[in-house]
Parts: sequence; structure tokens; C-alpha cells
Amino acid sequence: MSGALIVLLVFVGLLVVLALIVIGIYNALVRLRNQVDNAWSQIDVQLKRRHDLIPNLVETARGYMKHERETFEAITQARSQAMGAKSVAETAKAEGQLADALSKFMLVVENYPELKANQNFLALQEELTGTENKIAFSRQNYNDQVLFYNNKIQMFPSNIIAGMCSFTKRDFFQVDSAAERAVPKVSFS
Amino acid sequence: MWELIRANKRHSIFLMALMALVLLLVGGVIGLAVFGPDGGWIGLGVATVVWLVLALISLSSGDQILLAASHAQRVDHDVHPQLFNIVEEMKIAAGLPAMPKVYIINDPAPNAFATGRSPQSASLAVTAGLLARLNRDELQGVVAHEMSHILHRDILYVTLAGIMLGGIVLMSQVFLRGMLHGSMGSRRRYSSGGRGNGQTQIVLVLIAVVVAVLAPIMTQLLYFALSRRREYLADAGAARLTRYPEGLASALEKIASDPAPQLGPANQTTAPMYIVNPFKKGRMKLSDLTSTHPPISERVRILRSMSQGASYRDYAEAFMKVTRSKSIVPATALKDEPVNLRQDQTSPTSDEKTQRQVHQMGDIMRNVNGFAFLSCSCGLSLKVPPNFQGDTVRCPRCNRNLDLGAQRVPPR
Repeated sequence: MSGALIVLLVFVGLLVVLALIVIGIYNALVRLRNQVDNAWSQIDVQLKRRHDLIPNLVETARGYMKHERETFEAITQARSQAMGAKSVAETAKAEGQLADALSKFMLVVENYPELKANQNFLALQEELTGTENKIAFSRQNYNDQVLFYNNKIQMFPSNIIAGMCSFTKRDFFQVDSAAERAVPKVSFS
Repeated sequence: MWELIRANKRHSIFLMALMALVLLLVGGVIGLAVFGPDGGWIGLGVATVVWLVLALISLSSGDQILLAASHAQRVDHDVHPQLFNIVEEMKIAAGLPAMPKVYIINDPAPNAFATGRSPQSASLAVTAGLLARLNRDELQGVVAHEMSHILHRDILYVTLAGIMLGGIVLMSQVFLRGMLHGSMGSRRRYSSGGRGNGQTQIVLVLIAVVVAVLAPIMTQLLYFALSRRREYLADAGAARLTRYPEGLASALEKIASDPAPQLGPANQTTAPMYIVNPFKKGRMKLSDLTSTHPPISERVRILRSMSQGASYRDYAEAFMKVTRSKSIVPATALKDEPVNLRQDQTSPTSDEKTQRQVHQMGDIMRNVNGFAFLSCSCGLSLKVPPNFQGDTVRCPRCNRNLDLGAQRVPPR
């Protein structure tokens, strides 16, 4: 066996190993990106559910709360803004405002004992509480997944492959509302 | 928590092996006694079959049997939306692959347990008394505690142990009863003869005594294995999932101070599954050392002294401060990233609200059990049991006849 052949074999072997490493990294990146997407879709389901609940809640409350037009308008406006949001950062901002409007609304509800005794309203309130909690808990999961993914595409050597195959950084779902930052929980019970 | 999960899987295998050993031993002895010197093999064969059957049953439908034994009824979202929402919240928080099946036990004693083979196929049962007395945060704490049992794979071990043990206890009872009848019958029929029979009977009595002695020992073993550590760790997990230790703490306090009588369908085999010991204090005094559950007051104090955060590390610190003993949290869990506590928002529940909740819970259970609800035009509302005969009810206040036909729903 000549020296040249051995060199060639070693070279080919190295190439194969390199190709395997690249494939492995690429697959890991895809898996992480899918996990981020999946975590996002779980939040999205709950956000949609919250948007669906709000009109019912407002309708039920309107009959009892004659003099609270501003509160209702704030909620309706925040809701349509949240529904129109495109990017994660936009959604996070709009949802934060919606959460603020809702918690103000719930404070006002305290002044209407008749509304608080309405079975229909209580059921809607429970659904809303559950949805808010689910959003808070799935947000945690989503941010974890984004952290894993962003770390991976910024660290060497996976950043090279991420750059070539256009894996882009994802945004965290950060809530700006004062209420949600301190308390990822809404308890009306 | 990986050590814990691995340890639980190891214990489950150990338990199966131990049961096999006991069964083979008993089977062999019975075989030798009944069929003579060559009969040992028959006994061993029968024992192997019995063990296989028990193992298959406990793995395939152990959770169903335990739930049925506790008179638990499967419910959906519409029966109790709050419970269902909370379970789903905790499922998301725990990152569980599937939604656990939700059951309600119609019993006034507040308690809860989880069962199942794996996190993919877990079940969670709470009593009606629990739902009636706890507020949302407290219920969340209890559900999170059970969810931690599911995450830590405690449920597999408990289910296996429960069925295996229950099977052996049942067989020993059948055996004892059969023997009792057999000996009484033979005494009447063969009062003068049947000397050869007598020898086997003596051996059978001995065996029965051995089995009868072994069963409680197994129970005790189970109690040891389902150590207090599991309960503490499930509390730690609950604090971490809800980020609100106060919820579970006040739930435990309420459960402990509840005046309701002890849980009806609980027995020695199912006791270790519950969040608090279903047997009331008086009966447990002697076995306090080997008790499956740590004292509630201590659990509450640990949860309440978690002032820094809600991670496993914070629980471990609170645990060491309160009990002045070594940490029980596995080493890897201590590297847990910090988890912030949730701020307190809840106002104390008023008595009136609790009363209303208790009342509602009664209606929910009647609905689940197929009661028909009628409202008379005089304002009285009637609840008609499902086994009521006839199509009309007379209103006790205004004596109007009310038609039941349309209202009656088939029992779930």
C-alpha cells in the first residue's frame, strides 16, 4: 500500500466524519426549532381561547354594569389589538395590555355583588382564570425552549451551520404588564 | 429528579421479584403438602402462573382496579370545570405528555390520589369533600402534589404494590374461608373417618397461618417503601409547579382539621396512595414510626418557611431549617434554576362562600349519579334519585304534580 493511498483514505475518512457531524448538528437545530414552534402553538391556542371568552364575558357583565363604558372599551380595544398582532414581541406587548385591562375590569366587578352571584358570569370567570394560568405556564415552557434554541444557534460550531441554513434567533415571550410580571396568576376566586 | 425516577423503577422491579419469591415459596410448600414429594413442582407451576396473572393484571389495568375499589367516577370538563382547568394547568406546568384522566370520589372526607403506569396514562382522583372545601389555590396545590407523584413515577410503584398486595390478601382470605368451610363440612360428613385427610388439613392450616402472617408484613414493607420522603418530595414538586407553597400549605391544614369521618372506601392497601393518611389519628398511633405520611403540621411549616423561592433548593433549605435534619432532596435537583414565588393575592374564603361551594358540590355529585333536577313553579327545587319509580313527583310544598319524563337523564 502506497503512502498516497493511505493519505487519501484518511482524508476521505475525515470528510465522512465531518459530514456526519454536520448532519447531526443540523438535525439538532431542526429539532430545537420545531420544539419552539410547538411550544408557541400551545400558547397560541390559549391566547385564542382568551380572545373568544372576552366577548361573552363583556356581554354578560354589560347588563349589570351600566356606568363602566370606559372599562369595556379598554378591554375591547386591547383585545382587537392582541388579535391583530403578528410577531411574538408584538403579541407579548398586546397581551400584556389585555391582561392589565382584564385585571382592572375584575377589580371593578367587586363593586357589583349581583354580577358576582351570576352563575353564567362565574363560569366564564373560571374559564378565564384557567386560561390565564395556562398561558402563564405555557409561556414558561416556551421561553425555556427559545433559550435552548438561541443558545444553540449562537454557540460554536453550530452557529456556522445555523448561519448557512438561515436558522434565525427567536424572541422570548416577555410580558410587560405590571400585573403579570409580578403575578403570573389571576385568581378571582 | 432522575435518581428518584430510576430508584422508583428499580423498586418496582424489586417488588415484583419479591412477590414472585414469596408466591413460589408458598406454592412450593402447598404443593409438597398436598400432592406428596413430587407435588412441589405442581405448586411451583401454579405459583408461577398466579404471579404472571397478577403481574399482567397490575401492569395492564391496576389503575382501573384501584379506582374502582375507591368508588371513583370518571368526569369530564362540564361536571367540574374548575378541577378540570386546574389539572390542565398543572399538566402544562409539569410538561406532562398527556392529560391525566380525572376522577371524583363521592365522599365527604377531603383527600386525593394519583395512579397509573406511566405519565402517559395516569389518573387523578379527588374526593367531593376536597372539592367542596378548598378554594382554587388550595385545590391547585393538591393537584400539583399529585402531579408530582406522577412525574416522579411514584404511581407505578404504588399501583403495582397495591394490586400485588391486594391479590395476595384476597387469595389468603379465599383460602382461609375455603378451608373453614371445608373443615366444617368434613367434620359433619366424615365425623368418624377421614384420617388421611386430617394430615393435609393440619398442613393447610399452617400454610394459611403463614400466608395470613405474611400479608400484613408485606403491607408494612409497602409502608416503608412509600416513605415519608416521597411525600416531602411531592410537596416540593407541588411548590415548584404552582410557585405558591401557601396554596398546598393551607389545603393541608384544612384537610387535617376537617371534621368529616374517615374516607369510606380506603383500606390498608390503598392508604399509602392518598395525599394525607385516610385513617384518622387514633388508629395510627402505634405505627407512627412506620407511618406512610409525615406529620401534616411539619409539612405545613416547611412549605410556609419557603420565603426565597419555589425551587427544589428552596424546599431543601426550608426542610433543613424546620426538621433540623439532613436534606432529602436528591443532589441533581439542588442545581435547579431559581423559581420565583408568586405573589399573594387571595383573600381568605368566607364561611358563606364555603357553604355555597359545599352545596354546589352536592348538586354536582347528584348530577353525576343520575339525579333528576326539577324546579316547581312555587319556587321549590326538587332532586329526584335515579331509582325513583314513576313518571310524576308531587311537590311537597304546593302538592302540584310534576312531570319527570323529560327531565330524567340516563345515569353516566
